[in-house]
Amino acid sequence: MLYIKCPWCGERDETEYHYGGEAHIARPENPDELTDAEWAEYVFMRTNTKGVHRERWVHSDGCRRWFNVARNTVTNEIVAVYKAGEKLDLPDATAPVKAAAKASAKSPAPSEAKKPARKTAADKKEGA
Amino acid sequence: MTEKFRTSQGTRVDRSKVINFTFNGKAYRGAEGDTLASALVANGVHLVGRSFKTHRPRGILTCGSEEPNAIIQLETGPRSEPNLRATQIELYEGLIAKSVNCWPSVNFDVLAVNGLASRLFVAGFYYKTFMDPKSMWMTVYEPMIRRMAGLGVLPREKDPDTYDHMNEFCEVMVIGAGPAGLAAALAAGKSGARVVLCDEQVEFGGSLLNSKEIIDGRPALEWVASAVAELEAMDNVRLLKRANAFGYYDHNYITVHERRTDHFGPGAKPELARHRVWHFRAKQVVLATGSHERPLVFADNDRPGIMLAASGQAYANRYGALPGKRGVVFTNNDSAYKVAIDLVDAGMAIPLVVDLREVADGELPNTARQKGIEVVTGAGIVATEGRKRLKAIEIAQISSDGEKITGAKRRIECDTILMSGGWNPAVHLFSQSIGKLRYDEEKACFLPNISSQKERTVGACKGTFDLQSALEEGMTAGALAAQDSGFGKGKAPAAPKAVVVAEKPLKAIWVVPTDHPVGQGPRKHFVDYQHDVTAADIMLAAREGMHSVEHMKRFTTTGMATDQGKLSNVNGLAILSAQLGKAIPQVGTTTFRPPYTPVTFGALAGRGINGDLADPVRRTPMYSWHLEHGATFEPVGQWQRAWYYPKAGEDMHAAVTRESKALRDGVGILDASTLGKIDIQGKDAAQFLNMIYTNAWLKLPVGSCRYGFMLKEDGMVFDDGVTSRLGENHFHMTTTTGGAAGVLDWLEEYLQTEWPDLEVYCTSVTEEWSTLSIGGPKARALMEELAPEMDFSNEAFPFMTWREGEVAGVPARVFRISFTGDLSYEINVRNWHGLHMWEKCMELGAKYDITPYGTETMHVLRAEKGFVIIGQDTDGTQTPQDLGMDWIIAKSKSDFIGRRSFVREDTKRPDRKQLVGLMTENPKEVLTEGAQLTYERVNPTPAPMVGHVTSAYWSPNLDHSIAMAMVKDGHNRMGQWIYAHDRGKVTKVKIVSPVFYDQKGERRDG
Repeated sequence: MLYIKCPWCGERDETEYHYGGEAHIARPENPDELTDAEWAEYVFMRTNTKGVHRERWVHSDGCRRWFNVARNTVTNEIVAVYKAGEKLDLPDATAPVKAAAKASAKSPAPSEAKKPARKTAADKKEGA
Repeated sequence: MTEKFRTSQGTRVDRSKVINFTFNGKAYRGAEGDTLASALVANGVHLVGRSFKTHRPRGILTCGSEEPNAIIQLETGPRSEPNLRATQIELYEGLIAKSVNCWPSVNFDVLAVNGLASRLFVAGFYYKTFMDPKSMWMTVYEPMIRRMAGLGVLPREKDPDTYDHMNEFCEVMVIGAGPAGLAAALAAGKSGARVVLCDEQVEFGGSLLNSKEIIDGRPALEWVASAVAELEAMDNVRLLKRANAFGYYDHNYITVHERRTDHFGPGAKPELARHRVWHFRAKQVVLATGSHERPLVFADNDRPGIMLAASGQAYANRYGALPGKRGVVFTNNDSAYKVAIDLVDAGMAIPLVVDLREVADGELPNTARQKGIEVVTGAGIVATEGRKRLKAIEIAQISSDGEKITGAKRRIECDTILMSGGWNPAVHLFSQSIGKLRYDEEKACFLPNISSQKERTVGACKGTFDLQSALEEGMTAGALAAQDSGFGKGKAPAAPKAVVVAEKPLKAIWVVPTDHPVGQGPRKHFVDYQHDVTAADIMLAAREGMHSVEHMKRFTTTGMATDQGKLSNVNGLAILSAQLGKAIPQVGTTTFRPPYTPVTFGALAGRGINGDLADPVRRTPMYSWHLEHGATFEPVGQWQRAWYYPKAGEDMHAAVTRESKALRDGVGILDASTLGKIDIQGKDAAQFLNMIYTNAWLKLPVGSCRYGFMLKEDGMVFDDGVTSRLGENHFHMTTTTGGAAGVLDWLEEYLQTEWPDLEVYCTSVTEEWSTLSIGGPKARALMEELAPEMDFSNEAFPFMTWREGEVAGVPARVFRISFTGDLSYEINVRNWHGLHMWEKCMELGAKYDITPYGTETMHVLRAEKGFVIIGQDTDGTQTPQDLGMDWIIAKSKSDFIGRRSFVREDTKRPDRKQLVGLMTENPKEVLTEGAQLTYERVNPTPAPMVGHVTSAYWSPNLDHSIAMAMVKDGHNRMGQWIYAHDRGKVTKVKIVSPVFYDQKGERRDG
């Protein structure tokens, strides 16, 4: 059972949380402008990272706030926890290499700096 | 019966304290400090069980938790417990035990005839023998296998004991209290860190309890005693005996099963929780879990009297119980010579050591020779004799590659074999922690290699088999673990000095040859004792294509018994590797999973064992009324909802028929308090709802209600409900009973992660409001009496509006919404007025013959109108269009959650499954929910399924059975006949509109 540090409440057992899938996939502002493939990319496609994965968690049985976790999917080590809208720079060595390789021209690479289109609204708001 | 094999030398038994016990119906005597197994050994009892498939007689093989043969049903009645290991059961006065897996008795086992038919029981026999016909599985094969297996019997009675769960944190968790673990705990404890030391045994000391080692010039157990005393004096150290760490999960989360009262006898200490499951979260972990001696795989290596060498040594040294009169040691390494020496010293005849190695010239073999023990090298045991007890063996020289016998056979009479095939570090917890193993050729075992968590392994668990190094490793690891958790400077205290005798390397011969090729004669080479898997089975599995160790495991069931293959896994995969011509590391190991040893369900359940603590039960304020008036209840999630209210002599069908008609003819009342309710406020609330729901919300007037669908982004419906505008920036949302929590989560997720700019606040108010639905043609008359101040006319209070006012003397919100199709009012009052309101409605409604109805009637009435229930008629794969509700989508809106998905190819497909009504040809025949549908009566195989029945009821108001269904291209097939299939029964049904009753909607306004 993971031991996750909620940015507001501190360290708690995984049973207090719910997993929310990959982080930093913003809902497109104008869905009608997307092709079917692009829309499907948003709705269905995730990176399935082997290594450090940015993902969302919500402290369901606590403060009920959503936040981000960078977790190594091989070891389950939690590299960092950060609030929605906050920025997290990780050394290149831990960047999700496979995800970058998978990215096509139409779906920008999921590394932070390169993918404004996939940032969440919360990111935009707080200027991260 | 006297303890014929008891010596005066056992260090941990008190012979002056006699304990009487019964095993398989026979009375015996043991001594305080005995386990059931050691007491049996002291009494010369080795035949303790029968094997799983062929029911061969089996004896005590080990002295620890890895025991595969001595599997016991302990006690009788409600406290009876199956599948315990005799090697771990502490003896208490009056103990009653019997073997599992033998019938009628261990000495005369009817099913031993299976042994004669053992060709039937080859690898994969489940898959081969019990294949067809499939219908035989549940009725014949499975019960037969279960009876044959006979692995213990569960008590039928309620468990009378209590169980606790404990949650605890520590800096350093040390698992295993042998020499390395004790050293680690001492070093960590001195730093001031919170330390937990747990061990599955009765007392601390680990392997030192069994052997005769010397530490600091004294018997090792004296050092153990002083170490334990030192630890007990430390306030920061928690010591857990009889506590088996059975699971190592993520982030150093460790579960420990502590047996607190079993050794006093059943029910002896009712004031104590019998077992505890501890949940530890440790900053650092030190694994000192020791190692298991490995059996040798030789011909007929399973006869009673054949024992692991160090276990025999333990019985003699620790319990003063000699394993036999005359034993032969069979080994591939030096450690078993220590056993031979100790047993000779204890008074047992050990005429011979048979060593697979060509040379045995280490210090220990030489000492053994000096004791007069004959050492035969380059040889193996190639045959054994004796059914219920070993009688004799045959040894022979074998080729250096271990493939064949090269010399003449020599027969030796003996009643015991003490075998050692080397040592397997107990890497189970390390592997559970996702640590990576490596194979060590010299020690012929898997060792911890790469840690995945904040953990260290020490001692035999790390392959460090010499005592001095283990002590030093323990001290170092304990100090470093404390330092890494913020305590001390990482300097290890000096380790005590142990006497170490150097040992020469072992020689791995995985299958010792016999006088016929393996699997081609009568002699069997057992690998997995508990599941009766032989070397021949594994070789057959490899020949039949099971090249992966995971496939081999499942095909042969190696390692799948209650012992989880602690003894068999390495031997099994080594044999597989040899058969495949691959190196052992290339084949790899199977996955180690919790629990390390079985844990009782009671312990896992904890205080929840009595049921009422397992899950919360939710009841509405009117629950007491429902109960008093004979309602039957239906669980809906955690809620207890009134299902129907049978009158004297009524069954469910009669009650529901009466309730359904009563509403349509007069007035009915439903407790709808369980509906999810969410209070939504904020200046952007309307805009937010506009994105959440498919229809338009911005212009909904205050005082009005609207029914809406919520979709996921894939365009599929996931919840529905009516939401009302209470004020400009204030809404009251209702959800399905089961969907309430999920909908609130959904709203909050979007507000926090997608649209944090919106100012909207959502609060669950499900339990603040009680909801009573009053419906039927006489509902208006009743409402007028309940609330004389309010105007209930259609003009003043139209459908889909709500009004605030005083009802039955208390403030209420009344919503004119309907889930039955009839005129209907939903009265919402504060929770504490719920029961009052209900009673008032019943009182004033009496003259209208008001009828309370439950969820079953509600389902029937809504189905008569074709109203969907999300989660019953839908399963997350339906769009609003599939449900025939295109009208609920606002065409004017440019965006809402899920909208974009409607124009995807798949959601546009005309032949999607669509919601329709079904009428059976025979009006009396009610379909089965879940029945599959086909267009044709007779179909090719596989039949093209075109849908399924989602709801089916008897409709009293139509006097006809009705059903709702999802049917491929259903909307274009109105009036067509199709076929419903239910376990062989075929029913002709007509596709119709799902609105069966009052198709023009004339009853809505009363």
